[in-house]
Parts: sequence; structure tokens; C-alpha cells
Amino acid sequence: MISASGLAAQFTELMLAVLLAPLLTGWVNQCRAWLQNRSAPPLLQPYYVLAKLFAKDVVLAHSASPLFRFAPYLIFGCIALAAAIVPTLGTDLPMNAAADAIALVGLLALARLFIALAGMDIGTAFGSLGSRREMLVGFLAEPALLMVLFTASLISGSTSLATIVETLAHKEFVIYPSLAFAGVAFTMVSLAENARIPVDNPSTHLELTMIHEAMVLEYSGRHLAMIEWAASLKLFVYSCIGLAIFFPFGVAEGGDAFGIVMALPALILKLAIGGVFLALIETLSAKMRIFRAPEFLGIAFLLAVLSMLVHVLLER
Amino acid sequence: MLAQALTKYGPQLINLFAAALLLLSFAMLAQRRILSLINLFAAQGFVLFLSTMLVAWLTGQHHLYGSAALTLALKVIALPWILHRLIRRLNVKWDVETLINIPTTMLVGIVLVILAFNLALPITMLAGTVTRATLGIALACVLLSFLMMITRSKAVPQVIGFLSMENGLFFAATGAVYGMPMVIEFGVALDVLVGALILGIFIFEIRERFDTVDTRHLERLKERP
Amino acid sequence: MASPLLQVLALACAWIALGALGLLRTSSTAWATRALYPAGALVGLLVAVAGLGALFQPPEALILPLGLPDLPFHVRIDALSAFFLVLLGVAAAGISVFGCGYFRADQGTAPGLVSFYYHLFLASMALVLLADDAYFFMVAWETMALSSYFLVTCDHRHAQIRSAGYLYLLIAHIGAIAILLCFGALQGGSGDYSFDGMRAAQVSGAWATVAYVLALAGFGAKAGIVPLHVWLPEAHPAAPSPVSALMSGVMLKTAIYGLLRVTLDLISFPLWWWGVVALALGLATALFGIVFAAVQSDMKRLLAWSSIENIGLIFAGFGLTLIFRGFGMGALAALALTATLFHCLNHACYKSLLFLCTGSVMHATSERSLGRLGGLIHRMPWVAWCALVGTIAIAGLPPSNGFASEWLLLQAFLFTPGLPQSYLNMLVPVAAAVVALTAALSGYVMVKFYGVVFLGQPREPKLAEAHDAGIWERTGLAWLAMVCVVLGLAPATVIGLLDPVTRALTGSGIAGLAQGWLFLAPIQPERASYSPLLVFAVAATIVLLAWLLVRLFYHGRSRRTRAWDCGFPFLNARMQDTAEGFGQPVRHVFETFFRIRTQAPAPRDLRPVYRESQEDRFWYGLYLPVAQGVNWVTGLVTVLQRGRISTYLTYSFATLLLLLLFVG
Repeated sequence: MISASGLAAQFTELMLAVLLAPLLTGWVNQCRAWLQNRSAPPLLQPYYVLAKLFAKDVVLAHSASPLFRFAPYLIFGCIALAAAIVPTLGTDLPMNAAADAIALVGLLALARLFIALAGMDIGTAFGSLGSRREMLVGFLAEPALLMVLFTASLISGSTSLATIVETLAHKEFVIYPSLAFAGVAFTMVSLAENARIPVDNPSTHLELTMIHEAMVLEYSGRHLAMIEWAASLKLFVYSCIGLAIFFPFGVAEGGDAFGIVMALPALILKLAIGGVFLALIETLSAKMRIFRAPEFLGIAFLLAVLSMLVHVLLER
Repeated sequence: MLAQALTKYGPQLINLFAAALLLLSFAMLAQRRILSLINLFAAQGFVLFLSTMLVAWLTGQHHLYGSAALTLALKVIALPWILHRLIRRLNVKWDVETLINIPTTMLVGIVLVILAFNLALPITMLAGTVTRATLGIALACVLLSFLMMITRSKAVPQVIGFLSMENGLFFAATGAVYGMPMVIEFGVALDVLVGALILGIFIFEIRERFDTVDTRHLERLKERP
Repeated sequence: MASPLLQVLALACAWIALGALGLLRTSSTAWATRALYPAGALVGLLVAVAGLGALFQPPEALILPLGLPDLPFHVRIDALSAFFLVLLGVAAAGISVFGCGYFRADQGTAPGLVSFYYHLFLASMALVLLADDAYFFMVAWETMALSSYFLVTCDHRHAQIRSAGYLYLLIAHIGAIAILLCFGALQGGSGDYSFDGMRAAQVSGAWATVAYVLALAGFGAKAGIVPLHVWLPEAHPAAPSPVSALMSGVMLKTAIYGLLRVTLDLISFPLWWWGVVALALGLATALFGIVFAAVQSDMKRLLAWSSIENIGLIFAGFGLTLIFRGFGMGALAALALTATLFHCLNHACYKSLLFLCTGSVMHATSERSLGRLGGLIHRMPWVAWCALVGTIAIAGLPPSNGFASEWLLLQAFLFTPGLPQSYLNMLVPVAAAVVALTAALSGYVMVKFYGVVFLGQPREPKLAEAHDAGIWERTGLAWLAMVCVVLGLAPATVIGLLDPVTRALTGSGIAGLAQGWLFLAPIQPERASYSPLLVFAVAATIVLLAWLLVRLFYHGRSRRTRAWDCGFPFLNARMQDTAEGFGQPVRHVFETFFRIRTQAPAPRDLRPVYRESQEDRFWYGLYLPVAQGVNWVTGLVTVLQRGRISTYLTYSFATLLLLLLFVG
């Protein structure tokens, strides 16, 4: 049942995700800088930042508990496992039998739980502020993501991500209007979950405007490096989920080795275009007030529910 | 080749346009700013134009091309231009509060969509046409525009709601019965134009008397205070 | 080797005997906590084992030589009873062991008396699960209600606890009347109140609907369905923590047992629209419960409202089962029923675990309010880590058991677009969105609970002297945490255990389609499959590798310093988020659910006070008007009571005359 080629493909995809994720972040930062008429940092800047952080000592507050010290690794592990499930190059992934779309959302929620708890651990106002806001974004974004994945599951008759990609990519081409709704909802959810404008500004230094940054204010050294890596990996995972559902062309079918090799340039091209698109959205929007974020995410949630409804109405 | 692709994917494209229409109706429900509302209304008109052209091509009824051209001229170009001029003169940009908050409005909208679709189900069973499920969506668009008229407190979004109700009716007509006879088409369009003119005069009178276009102020005109 | 039925009967009698032994020396704590509770825990474990044995055997019935002359007690054990007996036994074992370290002498009621009520409570719950006729069922049900009332009002010195107990007893009796009437409707005019007679009577049509509505009202009152939920947030915090755990974990599930027994066993053909009612009620309860849980500032009230949410989810699963069964989709009904029963078992384990953790915290700090706790992970590590297991489980996150049952429930929802009825196959998928929203909100609430109690800095100076739980308490917590972990990592085994239950109730089971113990693949492996063990193993490997590689390539140095204060040096523990502050976003989004009363200071107040309370609309909109109405009616009736003896004698005389004239 589990083939050697499947295991090799799985390992390759996981390594690719882990190693390429900071590059995606660097590309998005470059595009943003170009759009804002600034000179861009080097493309490999996130890697230099990670190397610098790993080399530094960790400075812990006196009230830090073992949960605080261990959370960065747990967060990284959850999101890496999520990256292992999403089919980026091929659909023959042994881990797909172990975790499906619902488990994917659950893993991302587990990572969010740990980072929110870590934010509350030190006991300062900033950390708990960040945790509260992160859970606020999370409790509306998570069901919206789940409903988007449900739409894809209803279309393909399965919650396994490999089956979803195979149905959408390799079966006969059908236009699914429900995916239009789901696409809009998914874009809104990814912007919120990855701490992008218009929900959160990833490069802010004002504590009162932070969501994600406030939670990790106390982290330093290798812990902060793991968390930053996990954040860029999360952006990579969300981009790949979006590509898998809405633009799955180019993903190899099964464990076909040639197909996987050809899928790599396709993936890089799609991610590059996605990065430009994200930078465009971030440049053209303004960050909204935090009180508007539930409304924004509520609209995303209801659009996702609507996409399920449109599927049931129009596509059966 | 394009013709072949269009024939093969024609029904699915109609479905896509129906879904786009529904998406735009919901986007209008969720939109606060009047400028964006007018642009969404223009987009709705454009989707309607495309779908009418497609139905005309698929079924070979040439008078629908005329309807499509009329739609383009009126709903994508003329009416949005008039509305833009209107809001510039009235100096309204924002519709800050709706009567019920936006997520609740959207929830009610979802219930209306389910209701509309179930009401249209017996008719779609009878009609074996190209565009089976679109009648339900068209009815849903009409109901959603009605909802938008109810939940807005400024006059201009209410006018836009009224105009987009006609969009829904037009889509139902082209989708289910392959267009109406041109006479009825012109009659409906004239009704809408006259209605919009009357509403325009109405708005100016409200502005004159109450110095605002908030229609809640009309409540002052009661028999007993 | 005696049959499982006789074993369980003997064990229930053992519990009663242990209770009676407690009456011998009521004031001795050592007698209760060193001898009686450990024995009770052992009995609980044996009950679970007996239940496991009975799951795979055919049903057995017996008639006891007790009860009325014409209506002796009938008892019966079948797959459904056996499953709930396993639930009772596993939870009771952990809670009793915890109780050994928990119960103390100065709590208002003598420890021996508490032990009597406690073991009587356990025995009555076991007898409810075994009862096979209406009379014995009601006797055991009432005993359960009364013994739990005395346990709730254990610390009867406080007026608030007494009134909470009164409310509990009132609503329990309203429910009991409904259940009694339901049994009356079920016997279908034959006069035979045994369950076998009701099965044979095959009530259908209007009477079946009446019976179902009464069962929903009666068992729903005990389970805590909106609008009959108002007693739960009062009674569960008022009781001592082991009792709260038993009530939340096990007693609410006996109500679910009763509903399943009546609807799927005694009524032969449930209608599909009954399921729609149950689904709607369940989802409304779930959302209502979790939204209220988010704004609580007392840790036990928060957990009580969270129980209401989970009961709502269980009702939603039950409703889904009825819908599928009503349309004859047996395999899908089995899937929904499996999800429901699995959720019952999981909730029993992790809710008991969390209530017991709050018990330890209250013992160590004598504080219940979230505004006076914090930073307890440093002083009470054992309790904190067990509570983390419970938190992850209740939030429904992989690889815990809470996630496995929610996964099954969502999979069942994904099949609903195939329903034949046109409104249903559009509305029910939308209902899945409410389940997802509730699950996400429960994650929010649990982060608030765990973060405010165990993390951060202590909000009161006396928390620095908190001590960790004793050995008995630790054992109880560890047992329940371990059960949660095992249930989470091996859900396919649990599905196998549930197979006889679903076969008996819906006619099909899903265990035959499973792929062995490693994968949970309810219908087909291509459709959906989940393996928590693999998820855990791979995640653990990645975490460990990351930790090792970082240490290998770089280093593991760290040092301690003060927290970041952004230039303001006077940060103290009061400046972290309070429980109210953490719940503010939910309150803002779901404002219409609450009745908010605000007391704001006037501009010239020298000592400004700001107070805001979020109250239950049902209490003010439904219960208070009904109470006032009842008071008014009784006010009219008190006209009859004049206080003069000649008036009362006149009443007796008039009744005698009437009887002589009309009957004679």
C-alpha cells in the first residue's frame, strides 16, 4: 500500500516546503518593495535572518514556563505536518491516508492554540493582547477555511486532499461556480490567518496594532527563528492549499517521477504569480481597524457557506 | 474551435454567470460605501450583458442581441454615470450604519437563497431548457435586492436595490424563457426608467426638506407624533 | 463466571453497601477517603469491565423479586446499556480516586454522609442503565435526582448553593413528569409498563410524536438543552468538584441514554422530521452554550456552559441519526450514531478531567474566580499538564479524542447533500457550518480557561503558596488523562466497540468497513481516512528532529531576564488580560445573545464603579414570567385558606354530602 516512490515523494515535498518557504516570504517582500517604490531587500533575506537568530542566545523572561520553551518546536512540527499533507508536486502521498482536509484545519488550529498559549505565558499585557486578537481572527477564519475545503470535498466526493486534487486536475474539465465563491472566501481567510494587510501588518512595530507580532514579542534566538520559519511555512501551506484547490494544473498524478520533476517548475511559477498577487493586495489595501476584523471574517465565513450552498444548488 | 468550446461549456458558463450574479448581489449587501455599490451594480449589468449574449448565441435568437446591447447601454454605461453624478451633487459617500448589521443581513440572505431556490424548483422541473437552475438564482437576486432596499437607511442604496431587482427579473427572463418579446422588454425598461426618475425627484425633495438623504427622517411625516 | 447482568447488579449493590457503610461513622474523613472511596473506585473499574464483556453478548433480561406486586423490577442489559456502563465505570473510577484526596471534613456536610449520597448516586445511575420497565426506571431516575441534589447542596451554608440546588431539583422534577407522561404514551393503552411491552405495542402516528416530544422535553431537561438549561450553570459550580465531574460527565449522558432508548428502541419507526427538531435544538444549544462560556469569569461556570455546548453537539448528532434513519439510510445513520456515542464517551473523560483539575486548583488556592488566578503552571505542574491534555481534547484538536469524534460528526454531515428531501439537503450542509463555528469557539474558550488559570503571572500574592495536588488526586487525574490519550490514539478500536450498539439501534454498523486498528476510515478509505497515531508519530518525529538539529548545528544556550515592558517599568500582574477582557471579542460579535446590564459611573462620582453583567435572556424572558404567573395563580388559590377551622370543616362536610348524593 505504501510504496517506496510514495515515501520518496512525501519526503521530497516536505523538504521542499520547509526549505522554500522563506524564499516565498522573501519574494513577497521584494514585490511589495517594488510596488511601493522602495529598494528591495535581497531575495534570500529571510534565510539570513534565520541564520542570525539561530546563532543568538535565547533570552527568557523569569516567568517563562516549559510550555513557552517548547511551543516553538510544537508549532513548527504542526505546520510542517500540514505541509506534508498538501499535494504540491504529486498526489501519491502516504500521509494523505493519515490526515485529510479536516485534520489539516485541525493541525493549523493546534498550532494556533500553542502560539496563543505561549503568548499568554509570560503574563504581560502585550502577549495576552496578541493572543486574544489571534483567537478572535482564528475563531472565524477556521470555520471559513473548513467550509471552503468542504466545498471542494463535496465536489470531489472525498475529504482526502489527494483525491480533491486528482478530481479537479485530472478529471474532465468542468466549470464550478461554487469555487468562485470559495476562492473569494479563501483569499480573505488566508490574508487574515497569515497576518497580512488588511487584517494585520507584518512589519509594524507599534504594539497596539499588532496581532501576530505581539504574541511573539518575548521570543528570541532559536525560538524566534523556529516561529518565523513556521510563519513563512504557514504562508507556503496556505498558498499551496489555494493552488491545489483552485489551480491544480501541473500537479503530477500518482507517483509518476517524471511528472513530479515537471511539476516543480509549474509550482514555482504558480507561487511566484501568487506572491505578486499577494503583494498587490497588500499594497492596494489599508489595514482595517481591529473591530472591523470580525465583520471581514464573518463575510468570508458566510461566503464560504454560500459556496457550499451554490454547489448543492447548481452542481448536482 | 471557440464555437465548439462554447457549445460544450455553454450551460456551465451560464451557471457561472448565475453564480457571479449571486456573488455580486451578496457583495452589494455587504458593501458600505456607495461608490463601490454603484460599481458593483455596473458589474452586475456587465455580467448580465455577457450572459444574454451567450444565451443569444446558444439558442440562435437574434433579438436577444438587441436586448444585450440595450442592457450594455443602459445598465453598464448610462445608469451608473447618472448615479455617479447624483451622488456627487448630493455629496453622499458613506452609508455608515445599516439597520441590522452586515453579517446578520448576509445570514438572512442565505436563508432567502434557500427559500428562493426551493420555490423555483417545481418550475425548473418543468422547463427543460439550457438554464435549469438559474431561475432559482434569479429569484434569489430579486429577493436579495429587496432585502438591500429594506436594510439601508440612505436613499441612493435603496434606488440601486430597486434597479438591481430589475436585473434579477431580466436574468430570469433570458434564462428560463429565452427572453421576452421586445415590446415587453421596452415596457419594463421604461417602467424602470420612470421609476428611477421619480425616485430621483423624491431624493431631491427629501434633501430640500430634511437637509439629509436619510430616509428614516421620513418618519416625521406621521398623523400623530 | 456469572453473567454480566448479575455482575453489574452485584456491583451496584456493592455501591449501595459502601454508601451505607459511610453512615456508620459519618464524621470520620479517614474512614470515607481511605476505605470507602478506593473501594468505590475499584467497583467502578469492575463495572466498566463487566460492561465491556456485555457489549458483545446477546441481551439478557431478569425479573427481580422487588417492586410492586403487579409490577416487579425488570432489568436488562444489552449493547446500549453496556456501552454507557463502560462510560460510567471508567469515569467513576477516576473520579472516586480523586475524591480520596479531595473530600475534607469542614465542607458543610459530614464526609460519611457525602460518601453515602455519592455511592447511592453512582448506584442509581447504574440502575437507570439497567432498568427495563418504566417503574424501575423512574425509581432509579428519582434516586439519581435526589442523591445528586444532596450532593449539590453539600455546602449548604451558602444561600446561593441552596438556591442552585432548589432550581436543579425543580427542573429535574419537571423533566421527570415529562418522562413519566412519555412512558404513559408509549404503553399504547395496553397497561403493560415494561419496556418489552412497549416494544410490542409499536406506537406509531400521533402518539409516537407525542411520546417523542415528551421524551425530548424530559430527557432534554436533564441533559441541559436550551431552554431547559438554566439549572446547569448554577448547579454544577455549586457542587464539590468530583460531584460536578460526575454530573457533567456521566449524569448528562444518562439523559442521552434515555433518549436513545426511547426513540431508537422503544419507538420502532422514528420519523425523519423528529431528527430535524433535535438537530435544530442541538445546534442552537451548542452555539448558545459556547458563546456564554466565553464571557464567564468563574472557572466552574465556564466549564458548565461548555458542557451545555457539548450536549448540544451530541443532540445534533442524534438528530442527524434520526434523519438518516427516517430516510432508511442505515449505514449513514450508523456513522452519525457512532459519532454521537463516541462524543459522549470523550466528553465524559475530558470534562471530568477538567472539573477535577479545577477542584485541585480550588483546594490549593481557595479561589474560583478567574480574576484571582494565574501562573499556576509553576506551582502545580502535574495539574497543569493534565489540564493541557484535557484542554486540547475539549478544543477538538488532533490527535486527541475530541477531534476524532468531531471528525466523525463532520464526515456524517458531508453525506447530507444526498438526502432525498429538497429543503433538507440544502439546509443541513449549512448546519455543518454551525458545528465548525462552535468547534472554533470552543478552542477560543479553552485558550481563555487554560491561559488565565495556569499561564501568565499570579494575579494574587497568595498564589505563591499554592501546592500541587496530592497523590490520590494525581492518580485520578492521570487515569482520566491516560484514557483521553488512549481514546484519541486508537479510535478505530472504539468504533469496533460501538459496532454492536449501532447494529442494535440502526440495523447496520460501520466497523466492518474499517481498515484495521491504525486507520479510521468510516465509509471508504478513498473517501476519508484519519490515523491519529501516525499523525502523532510523524509530528513528534519532526519536533524531535528539529530540536536535535538546532542543538547540533547551533547551540542550546539561554539566559533569564525581565519581561519586555516597552519602557514602562511598573508592569504588574494586574495588567495582563482578565477573563472578561479575553471574552470581550465574543461578547462584541454575539451581542444579541446576551442581556447586558451596565452600571456606569456618573461624571461627578468620587469613587467611580463600572459594572457589567451578561445574563441569560431565557431566565428573564421565560422563567421569571412563568414564575410570576404561577405565583399569581397560587395567590388565587390561597383564597381557600382562611385559617378558620369551621371553614375547613365545612369543606370536608360539603365533600361528604357530594359523595353521598352523587356516588351513593
